[in-house]
Amino acid sequence: MESSIYSVVAFYGLALTILGAATLVVFVRNIVHSVLFLAVTFVAMAGLFLLLDADFIAAVQVLVYAGAVCIMVVFGIMLIQRADMKATNLFNKQLLAGGGLVALVVALCAVLAGRTAWTELVTAQEVPANTVQFIGTLLLSKYVIPFEVAALLLLVALVGAIVIARDEEVKANARD
Amino acid sequence: MLENLFVGIADWLRSLLGGLGTPGEINEAIVMLAKLVAILVFILVNALWLVYMERKVAAYMQARIGPNRVGPKGLLQTTADIGKLISKEIVIPKKADVVVFLLAPVLIFVPTLMVFAVIPFGKNMAAIDMNIGVFYLLAIASLSTLFFWMGGWASNSKYSLIGSMRVVAQMVSYELPLVLGLLGVVMIVGSLKMSDIIAAQEHTWFIFTQPIAFLIYFIAAVAETNRTPFDLVEGESEIIAGPYTEYGGMAFAMFFLAEYANIMVICAMATIMFLGGWHAPFGLDFIPSWVWFFLKMYILIFIVMQFRWTYPRIRVDQLMGFGWKVLVPLALANIFITGIGMKIYQAIGW
Repeated sequence: MESSIYSVVAFYGLALTILGAATLVVFVRNIVHSVLFLAVTFVAMAGLFLLLDADFIAAVQVLVYAGAVCIMVVFGIMLIQRADMKATNLFNKQLLAGGGLVALVVALCAVLAGRTAWTELVTAQEVPANTVQFIGTLLLSKYVIPFEVAALLLLVALVGAIVIARDEEVKANARD
Repeated sequence: MLENLFVGIADWLRSLLGGLGTPGEINEAIVMLAKLVAILVFILVNALWLVYMERKVAAYMQARIGPNRVGPKGLLQTTADIGKLISKEIVIPKKADVVVFLLAPVLIFVPTLMVFAVIPFGKNMAAIDMNIGVFYLLAIASLSTLFFWMGGWASNSKYSLIGSMRVVAQMVSYELPLVLGLLGVVMIVGSLKMSDIIAAQEHTWFIFTQPIAFLIYFIAAVAETNRTPFDLVEGESEIIAGPYTEYGGMAFAMFFLAEYANIMVICAMATIMFLGGWHAPFGLDFIPSWVWFFLKMYILIFIVMQFRWTYPRIRVDQLMGFGWKVLVPLALANIFITGIGMKIYQAIGW
C-alpha cells in the first residue's frame, strides 16, 4: 500500500464505513435493513482489498459475500416472512456470554496483531501486477489438500440440503 | 482518421490539460472522468434508442408501423415519454419501507454503469483495461440481484414480493451457467484481461471453437436480464410488473432503462468473448474497429428483441429445470472437453 494522501484518506473513509455499517447491522431492529448494511460492509471491505492492490480478492469479496452471502440471507428472510418486520433483529438476554465471546475475539486479534512484524510486511517486495495466476497455482499445488477438503465440505452440504428437501417431499406425497 | 476518432479526442484532452500546467495526477483523473462521463451519456442515450428500437421491431413483427409521430420516423418518441415520466409524481405506498423503496431505482443503475468502465468499445477504447476484467464484470453484475430485491421487498405488496422472489431465484440460478460458459473461453486464452481475450481472436472467433459455450452464455444472459422467454419476474398476466408494480413515473423508468442497459452489457460481453470484439471479419479493417464492435453488438441486441416477440413465456418449474438440469451439466461438460482438447493440442504441438 502506497502512503500517498489519497490512499490514507481512502483507508480512513473505508474503515469508517465498515465500522459504521457493521455496527448498524447489529443495532438496526429490522433484519432487512441489517442485510443491506451487511452488503455495504462487504463492498467497503472489497475497497480495502483494492487499496492493497489485491484486485482479484476484492472481486471475490464482492461476488461471494455481497453477491451470494447476502442473497442467501435474503432467501431466509423471504421464506420466514412475518407480518411485522419492524422487530425481527432484537436483543436477547445473553449479555454475559456475548460479552465474553467478544472479549475473547478482541484479545485474540490483539495478540495476533502484536506478534505480526508490520514493518517487514510493508517493506516486502512489490505486489505482482497479475495475482490470479499465482493464486491459482498455489491453490492447486501447495494448498491442494485444504482446497479439496473445502470442495468436499461444500459437496456434503449440497447433498445434505437435497436429502432434507427430498424428505419433506416424500412426507408431503405420503399425506396426499 | 475515423479509426482513432475517440482515442484522438482523449489524447487532445490530455495535451490540452498538459498545456495548462496542472499536476499530472490530476490531469489523468480529469481524462478518466471525461471518459466515464462520455460512457454514461452514451448509455443513457442508447437506452432511449433501444426502447425505440424494441417498439419498432415489435411493430414490424406484428405488421404494425410503431411510433411514427414524434420527430422523424418517431425517433423522438422515447424522449417525449421520458419527459412525461419525469413530470409524473412518484407515488409511495403507505406501508412501504420509504428509504429502501426510493434507493432501489437509484442503485439499480450503479452495477450496470460500473461494468461499462472495462468494456473495450474499439481498439484501445476501454476506459480501464483491468487485469481481471471479465471477473470484475461478473462480480459487479451479481450485485444487481440485491437491488431488484430491494425494490420488490420495500414496496410491501404481494405482487412485488412474488416478483422479487422470482428475481432472486432466477438470477442466482442462471448466474452459474453464465459463468461456467465463459470459463471455456478464459481457459483457452489463459487470461481474464479483455484486451488479451480480443487479441486471441484475431484469426478465429471463439464462437467457432466454443459454439456450445456461446449458446449457454447467451441463453443464461437473456435469463439474467429477465427478458422473454424468461420474463417470469415481470409476467404481466400473473403479477402485473413484478418488483416494479408499485413504482411510477421516473422511478419506474429507471428500472426500465436499466433493463435495456443490461441487455447492452450482455450483448457487448458476448461480442467481446465470442465474436472477436472489435476485430474486423474478412480483413475489412478499413471500417473503424468501433463500428464493427457496435455492429456486432446491435445484431445480438436485435436477436434478443426477436426472442421477445417470437417465444412464449416458460413456466417457473421449466425455468429452474432447464437451468439446473440442462445448462449447468452442459457447461460443465464443455469445460471438461475444452480442457482435454487443450491438452491434446499441446501434446501434438500446435
